Formats: sequence, structure tokens, C-alpha cells
Amino acid sequence: MMAQENLNDTSSASAAATPRKLKVATVSLAGCFGCHMSFLDIDERILPLLELVEFDRSPITDIKHCGPCDIGLIEGGVCNAENVHVLREFRANCKVLIALGACAVNGGLPAQRNHLELADILQMVYRTGHGLAVGSAIPNDPELPLPLNQVHPVHEVVKIDYFLPGCPPSGDAIWAFLTQHIEGKDPALGHGLLHYD
Amino acid sequence: MATPELERILARHRRDPLQLLQILIEAQAHAGWLPPATLSAIAEALGVPRARVESTASFYSFLHTRPAGEFRILFSDNITDRMLGNQALMKALCDKLWLEPGKVSEDGLVSVDTTSCTGMCDQGPAVLANGRTITRVTPERIDEIAHLIRRRVPVGDWPPERFHVEDNIRRRDVLLDHGLAPGAALAAALDRGATSILGEIERSALRGCGGAGFGSDIKWRSCRDAWGDAHYVICNADEGEPGTFKDRVLLASYFDMVVDGMCIAGMAIGANKGFIYLRGEYRYLLDRLETRLAQRREQGLLGRNILGRGFSFDIEIHLGAGAYICGEESALIESLEGKPGKPRIRPPFPVTNGYRGQPTTVNNVETLALAALIAVHGGEWFRAIGTPASTGTKLLSVSGDVERPGIYEFPFGVTVAEVLEAAGARDTQAVTSAGAAGHCLAADDFGRRIAFEDVATGGSIMVFDHSRDMFEVARNFLHFFAHESCGFCTPCRVGTAVNARLIDKLAADRGSPYDLDEMAKMHRLMQGASHCGLGNTATIALHDMLAKFRPAFERRLHSPEYEPAFDLDAALTQARRMTGRDDAGAHLGDNREALAEERSRPHGGTAAATVAPSPVTPAPTKDLQP
Repeated sequence: MMAQENLNDTSSASAAATPRKLKVATVSLAGCFGCHMSFLDIDERILPLLELVEFDRSPITDIKHCGPCDIGLIEGGVCNAENVHVLREFRANCKVLIALGACAVNGGLPAQRNHLELADILQMVYRTGHGLAVGSAIPNDPELPLPLNQVHPVHEVVKIDYFLPGCPPSGDAIWAFLTQHIEGKDPALGHGLLHYD
Repeated sequence: MATPELERILARHRRDPLQLLQILIEAQAHAGWLPPATLSAIAEALGVPRARVESTASFYSFLHTRPAGEFRILFSDNITDRMLGNQALMKALCDKLWLEPGKVSEDGLVSVDTTSCTGMCDQGPAVLANGRTITRVTPERIDEIAHLIRRRVPVGDWPPERFHVEDNIRRRDVLLDHGLAPGAALAAALDRGATSILGEIERSALRGCGGAGFGSDIKWRSCRDAWGDAHYVICNADEGEPGTFKDRVLLASYFDMVVDGMCIAGMAIGANKGFIYLRGEYRYLLDRLETRLAQRREQGLLGRNILGRGFSFDIEIHLGAGAYICGEESALIESLEGKPGKPRIRPPFPVTNGYRGQPTTVNNVETLALAALIAVHGGEWFRAIGTPASTGTKLLSVSGDVERPGIYEFPFGVTVAEVLEAAGARDTQAVTSAGAAGHCLAADDFGRRIAFEDVATGGSIMVFDHSRDMFEVARNFLHFFAHESCGFCTPCRVGTAVNARLIDKLAADRGSPYDLDEMAKMHRLMQGASHCGLGNTATIALHDMLAKFRPAFERRLHSPEYEPAFDLDAALTQARRMTGRDDAGAHLGDNREALAEERSRPHGGTAAATVAPSPVTPAPTKDLQP
């Protein structure tokens, strides 16, 4: 548990005896939560994992903003202004940031819209499409985040330390990645764990 | 239905699907592009799927499946052309013709674009006008070209002196001063006989001059020993490496030596048929070469029963169509067979399974000319020249910041400094030793020797003085490789594109040290994982430049923090326009400031406070609510 000792920033004697757990934050940006569901596929291994880590901001805890963390897992690409803010929050707070799954790595399915003009899409969906209520308009409430012209993979917006491909990466791959990383090794996924589909 | 014109082309090529590329090149010569109906007619006539015709037609830069204009002007875009001001010239021509680069004018008259190095680095900036080479382009020439285009004067009627290409031979040694009559080398070889020739080639220790330096005797012997219905000799005249132009000079002025060399190779390996794969950029040489081949047939120096000695060998010239990858021997063979030029999986090697699956030797133009020389003077004579591991002489194509750009024939073992001295280079900052795909040398390397055991080279020596920005050199090379990658394997297809994007990011003042690390990472990945030499060598020069000229790159770093390649706030323009919003939430600030602000944000007490398994949910600010 070298890594934990290195990362341990509390200096009291009692804390040194029981190393601080690593803090993990997770979020889904322009994703489908499939990668998070796949994360839960580690099944009962979540119990030993909780011996090693504790969750900060994550759908699991419902914490809305993350504090300083050791590991950040990002699912999904960046499709709107809010995604940009959240991604920056994670980058500022997480020592290691991981792009989790195809959409975070490449933009994935949401990026299918990239070959269309955003203005045309909004016009079609809210103004000229079929079955719209009379007087439909493009939503402009300041509460709503504005969509970006194109959907971007996360590494085009902030620095990413690791990429874990797959749609979704399997629970076993996520487990192998996290345990190796927590043990202080450079994660390496072998045959069977690395998918690009 | 095929038009009579197309019928003639198809008949000339015996409706052989392996002639597809040649058929497409000739079919395009008439309309300037390949309309869908033409592709269909060709597919039908050859009895191949239309997709196959289209895959070849869309692979090559010089084939157009969309109208490309009655006049197609391509500016050679090697770094040496850039140093001679091709970008300003291209802009001037576009302005005069009211054009955007890469787009056809609305009346379908003209398009102006760039192309990879056309092999005129010693007399640039160069232009291809409907495939014909114009050298030493000046602003006055641009005026003239614009005038000729506007008056719709066919390129064939442009002043002939505009198409003059010089040899620029600056130093001659045993090859360029051979003093042999056409066919003399071939006669000498016929006197010696095949076995003896192979022995002489082995004694000479001749190595391939294209750059890889593979032993010619091993190649020829393995090919001769391979079983097959027929054997083939291919002369690789797809001289695409940026900065090389020696083969152009050999073909233009030493063609008989090359043909003699091919015949000798044919005799040595037991072949009766040879091909010259001539790069499309050297199309202007084709008619001259065909004429000379015809003359040789009349003189009994080619064809049936050469010199009355019972040996028959004939040569066919195939044209390339603007694909650097076709210089790789297995891609060249694919292209010769009418397919897209994608390297084959090796083994089997061409010496056993080459053209039409038969034993084939592919040799560089210069190697074949040297083989002819060896046939006359013998292997021992040749081995006495040069160094023990690199025998004979090497043609160096010297260009860039030198007083006398051109061809220098030096014995192997000459130092880089001696070459620079001979060419009149001053205040030299850097030298590329093997074009865009080779090492880049700095001043403390200039004492090194040009030889396979030290500075290995295919002959492309580009010189850069201290006024040049090595960052721009690297950028030119990376874009070259991104354009020329054949797309077959992912490491090269994606790696070359990623590198081009990264260096553009640096050029746009959005770079960070992270981007330099990414380029270094891409170098390591592509070196090991690429399918062929293109991907394996595409980052060598970059890697050297990053090590030797690092300040040129670091000067471009905008911030120690990672920066996106694009303006995030500008990425909201369409949404702002469509919603009419302009509030604070409708804008995104700079990454660096946002991250600094985020880091200084007070967190809910000490680190322990956020550990709570059921935490107090902090009230989110409104616009951040998911």
C-alpha cells in the first residue's frame, strides 16, 4: 500500500497507523450511465473496494460537488456548458483523471451529431419538426446549459491521465484498473479486458 | 456504355483488370475527371465490381471522382518549396482567379491546391499544371499562368520553355561520368553470363539505394531461386521522399544506364519482363522514355533476342498517380496490379510472391544504374570505392539553404560537412539526412559520414540555415505524413493525424508541455506498431527535432496547464444565436482561469468532512444542477 502512504496527507499518528482511504469521484457527462452500471457489475467486490476507497461526488453518494480526490472517473463526452464546468471541477480536484468508456474516450454516440449543424438540429427539433405544439420555441431558460457546437471527447477539454475504452468497459476491466492503480502499479489491461467496442 | 475513346483505352490494355490504374489515368486525361458513368463503364468492361474501380479511383491524389476544373494547378508543398515562398505565390494565384484553395471555381474552369513534394526541390517553387511540371515559379509567372487560364489556353499550348526542367548536376563521379555507350553495359553482362553477374554483384557488396540498403545480391539470388511461372524486374521510380530528385536526373539523362541495369537484372534472375513504375509527378518524362525504349528495340538493345545473343527482355512503363506510399515495394506492386497502394503483409516477400504472385525484384533506379556499371567494371573495382560496409558512390539530392542546389555524386564515407561545403551552405542550423522520413542532424553531427553504418540515406539532403524555424519544418513533415498515410493500419492512420493536429495546436498558440509529451508518446507507439515503413519512420525527424531543437517547440507553448485546441466560448456561438441568450451562463471562460478558480474554491471544511458516507448535500448553484 505504498501509494496510499504517499498520498496520505494527514500527519497525525493515528492516521499513519490506519492509512487514509483513497477518495474516488465519478460522474456521467454526455453518457448513458452504462459505464456506471458496468462499474456496479463488480458485484460483491464493491465491499473490498470500499475497504480501500471512499466515494466523494458520485451518483452513488449524491454529493453535488467534489472536494480534493485521488481518482476521478469520467463517463461520457462533453456536449454542453455544464459538462465543461463539471469536467473542470474534476480536473481541478482529482490527482488522476480517467476517461471511462467509449463516449469519454472518443465522443461516442452523442458525437454522431457532429456532422450536423447544431443550429439546424435545434431548428428542426423545436421549430420545424413534426408533432410540435403550436408556438414551440427553442428553450432559452438560463437554467438550461447551452449545447456546444460539437460533442468532444474529454481529453479535448482537459488533460486526461488514463483512458479505459469499451462500450462499456467490463466490470472486470474497471475492477482490474482500479485495484492495480490503488496498489500503486501502472494499470495494464491484458487480453479479454481491453475492448474498443 | 463505353465511348469510342474509352474503348480504345480498354483495348490497348487488353481489358485486363490488373491494368485498372493505367486505364483510369488515361481515361481521366480526356475529361479531367472520372465521372460515375465512366467508372461504371470501366467496371463493366473489365468484369470487376464497381466498388473495386472506385476504391482505386478514390485512393490516388491525382485521380478525381469529382470535377476538378478544366485547369488543375497544384503547388508542390515540400518545406523547400515553402522556403522559396510557394504559399504567397499560391495565394496570389487564388486572388487573381477569385478562388479558394482546394475548391473548383464556380464556372468549373480552374482549381488551385497543394500537393506533396514534386521532386523539383533544386528548382522550386514548383507547380503541376494539369500534371505538367513548371519550375522556378515567380510572381511574374503567376501573372502569366492566371492570364493563360483566363484566356482558356490549353496547357499544351503554354510557352514550352515554361516546362523546362534542369538536371543541376554539381558533382560527377563514377556513375555520372560513366562514359559508356548505350547497351555497352548490357553487352558486357551478356559476355559474363548470369552466374558470373550474380558473383560480381556479390563481390561489389552493392546495397539498395532507395534508403533501406538491402544487399542486392541476396535479393537477386533469392528471386532467381524462387519457383514461378515468370519472373519480373521492377524499377522503382516512385521517387516520393520529400527532397529527393536523383531518379529524375537519372531517368532524364542516364536512362540507358537504367535500362541496361534492368536488362542485366532480368538476365540475372531469369526474367523477360520489366516494369518502370514512374511517379505521376514525373509524367513529363513519359513520352521521352517511351520514345527511347522504342529506339532501343529498333537498335536491338531491348525486346526479342537482344544483341543477337538469344536473351529477350522488354520493359513497360506504368504511371503512378500521386501516392508516396507506392514507393514501398509491396504497395508499388499492388499499384502495378491496379489496386490501391496499400502495403502487403510480409512475408511472403516480393522475391517469391510479387507481381501477379510471381518472383519479383524491386530495385531503385540508382541501384539498377550502378548494377550496369558493375557489369562493366566488375565487383572488385566497385568495392574499392566508398567504405567497407557501404561500397560505391551515392547520389545526393541537395536542396534548401545552399548556393548550389542539385545532384552531388560522392563516394560513401563523405562527411556531411564536406557535402555542405561543396553545395555552398552557410550558417547551417540543421540537415535532414533522409528526407521527411529520416534523421535530422544538428551542427555537432556534421562531422558524421554518409554511409549505411553512420548516416544512412536515400539521398535527400535538405539544408536549413539559422533563419529557419525548425518548428515549421516539423509541421510540414507531419502534415505530409498525415496526407500520405494509406489508412490501412490504425497506428499510422490515426497517429499521423493526431501528430498533425497536435502541432497545429501548438502553432495556434494553444500548446502545453502535455502536447509535446503526447507527440513523444505517439513516436514510441508508431515505431513499433505500424504496418510498414511509412508509419515506422513518420516521426523520426520529429523525434530528433524535439530533442535537438527543443526551444523551437517550447517557444510555442502557451501555458503550463493543458489547453483545449479550440475556443470553448466560441463553441457556444450557435446555441447563443438560436436561443438569443447572452447571460453569464451562456459563456465559457478560459480553461486556465477556471481551473485556478476551482482550485482556490473553499471546500466544506477539512478533507475529513467530505468523507461522511451520508453527507450533507451542499446546495448546488443553479446553473450547475445536472
